[in-house]
Amino acid sequence: MNGIPFAREHKVTLCHVCSYVCAEDDEACPRCESAVHPRKPDSLRRTWAFLLAGLIFYIPANTLPVMFTTLLGSSSENTIMSGVIEFAEGGSWDIAILIFIASVLVPCIKFLVLGMLLVTCQRRSQWAMRERSRLYRFIELIGYWSMLDVLVVALVAALVQFRGLSTIEPRLGILFFGLVVVMTMFAAMSFDPRLIWDAEVEDVR
Amino acid sequence: MSDNTLPPSAPARPHVKARKARISLVWLVPIVAGVIGLSMVIHDFLNVGPKVVVSFLTAEGLEAKKTQVKYKNVVIGTVTDIALSDDRTHILATIELNQSATPFTRADTQYWVVRPRIGAHGVSGVDTLLSGAFISADAGSSDKTEKNFTGLETPPPVTFGERGKRFILHTDDLGSLDIGSPVYFRRIQVGQVVAYELAKDGKGVDIEIFISSPNDEFVLTDSRFWNASGVDVSLGAAGLKVSTQSLTSIISGGIAFREPNYSPDAKPAEGNAEFKLFDDQASALAPPDGEPKYIRMRFNQSLRGLVVNAPVDFLGVNVGRVVSVDLDYDPATGSFPGVVGAVIYPQRLGAANDKLRQQAGGGDEEEQTSRIIGRFVERGLRAQVRTGNLLTGQLYVAMDFDPKAPKIAYNAKARPLEVPTVGGSFDKLQEQLQAFVDKLGKIPLDDLAKNLNGSLIELQKTMKQVNGEVLPQMRGTLQQAQKTLGSANDTFADDSPARQQLGQAMEEVQRTARSVRVLTDFLSRHPESLIRGRSGDAAPGSYKGSSSSREIAPEPVQ
Repeated sequence: MNGIPFAREHKVTLCHVCSYVCAEDDEACPRCESAVHPRKPDSLRRTWAFLLAGLIFYIPANTLPVMFTTLLGSSSENTIMSGVIEFAEGGSWDIAILIFIASVLVPCIKFLVLGMLLVTCQRRSQWAMRERSRLYRFIELIGYWSMLDVLVVALVAALVQFRGLSTIEPRLGILFFGLVVVMTMFAAMSFDPRLIWDAEVEDVR
Repeated sequence: MSDNTLPPSAPARPHVKARKARISLVWLVPIVAGVIGLSMVIHDFLNVGPKVVVSFLTAEGLEAKKTQVKYKNVVIGTVTDIALSDDRTHILATIELNQSATPFTRADTQYWVVRPRIGAHGVSGVDTLLSGAFISADAGSSDKTEKNFTGLETPPPVTFGERGKRFILHTDDLGSLDIGSPVYFRRIQVGQVVAYELAKDGKGVDIEIFISSPNDEFVLTDSRFWNASGVDVSLGAAGLKVSTQSLTSIISGGIAFREPNYSPDAKPAEGNAEFKLFDDQASALAPPDGEPKYIRMRFNQSLRGLVVNAPVDFLGVNVGRVVSVDLDYDPATGSFPGVVGAVIYPQRLGAANDKLRQQAGGGDEEEQTSRIIGRFVERGLRAQVRTGNLLTGQLYVAMDFDPKAPKIAYNAKARPLEVPTVGGSFDKLQEQLQAFVDKLGKIPLDDLAKNLNGSLIELQKTMKQVNGEVLPQMRGTLQQAQKTLGSANDTFADDSPARQQLGQAMEEVQRTARSVRVLTDFLSRHPESLIRGRSGDAAPGSYKGSSSSREIAPEPVQ
């Protein structure tokens, strides 16, 4: 396009780990011996698989209670959404919005963006390629922030253990929520952003 | 990826192609996720138990999706929804039961709300002060299932499956008993009242009690139950005696039972056996009265003080009670005889009753009784109204044999049986009093008074004399005596000359005594000096007695 040749044209490929330029046919980097391939192997399929797994886990993560609270004998189980609603009704709009963004909105955005990226890549769409790769970077960046919820529950459950007065225990929902975050992170990792740009040229593989 | 040992040239491509064709292992991840999710859905679906709707008067303390349903403190369900009934008189709580709690849909299952309660029977549900109310359930045993239940407002006193027996007690009125009132056996609580209702004919109350195992076997076929409410105060020869079952029973009533002292062949009573509930222990433990017999008596005297329920004695044994006191009119004499109706319980005569019945011969019981009483009347059985208490004037009916009583024709066919009477003892007492008063009236009180008056005047005169003459003289004498005593006092004062002279005289006497002793000592040593006179060396003045404790003056002073 602008004169700089593609690596493929020189029959070379880049090592993912040490960025050494290897021959296209090399299976492993001659320098660091890590596996070498022009694109991440099976990228789209793996991303799809992790994305689907994450989506499936997202259902119990939201329907099952994540936390069991006992305060002076009155006990309650909260799901993520009921916690958000409780905070909102209690007047703590800031905390409610924070939890909502971190626990509900971010995973949703990740699903949508990854799904959109996968679909467009498979259709070799050339639409808004630069914005799409920016979106991908954004997804990678915010990915682990969703772990916040899991950490909060783990921390609170460990700290609030006043037998009889008040106890907080984690419930199954938080495990699924953690799995959702892990799955979406895997999905983001296994996605090769160079596939976005492959739409301009012949398929690499 | 792991094939880096292969030569990097030709075979790489077909190898990659082959990998593409294979189903990637990565699809296992969503499959596993799906299986997990599906299994949870199935598990939840299988675990969804039945739904029931329970109505309560108030939803106080209940919260949708929070209030739990418990049985023996195990959570068996949750309240999912609370709504008002259509007529707004009560609330409907929808309860989602666990799968394992299917027995709680049986038609006779009971639901009630556990809240903190403070009552005469104690305090319960304190734990719910902090944790909030919950619904407690008790599964029944019915074969039918039900979707709509009416919740109890108070906890049922007996939970399902509790071992024990239920008994029915008949009584005239409920008194202070209530559901939950304790049942005592030898002052230990062994059960409680679980239900009560009016008898079918409305002439009494049927009380259902529950005696829990193993104490239920102490309820024997001839156990006696009595109302143990309140305080029983009795004044006897041993003093004032206050007896209660327990503090609770004073406030909230209670029932006590025990077997009579003599119950030879009593067996444990069957469940749902029926008993009579007596008013107090004494009447409960009394031997059974048997069938009452009605008798009638005519008294030609005032029956003031004879009240309904007054006792009827036969030879001192209480055999019955008065049930009516009426007036009759006798046109022949123009008098108003009192007609007293009474019931007697022949069984209270004990062994005598059995023997009498054997002797009375055949016929139905009524005829037998009539014949027995007829024979008694022939031998002089008479009823008499006697004073039971002189202070209050309470009367009772006593039946005694009076051999001197005039013969009276006995009508064996009359119903109720007629028992002839004699005048009451109080009448006799009145006659005697009258006679006594008459005698008193005959005493010549006027003469007595006159004499007494004369004597009194005489006495008055004497007293005047005493006052006028004897007393002034007495006064002079007393003054004289006082003076004498005064001078005597002066005489014996410490500084009086008489006292000093007396002291001197006494000293003189002392000295004299000393010289006499010296003389006698001298004489005992020198008896010859009486004849010969004093020798020069044996002058009494030179003598020094070794045995004398006192220094003897060698020569007399003065």
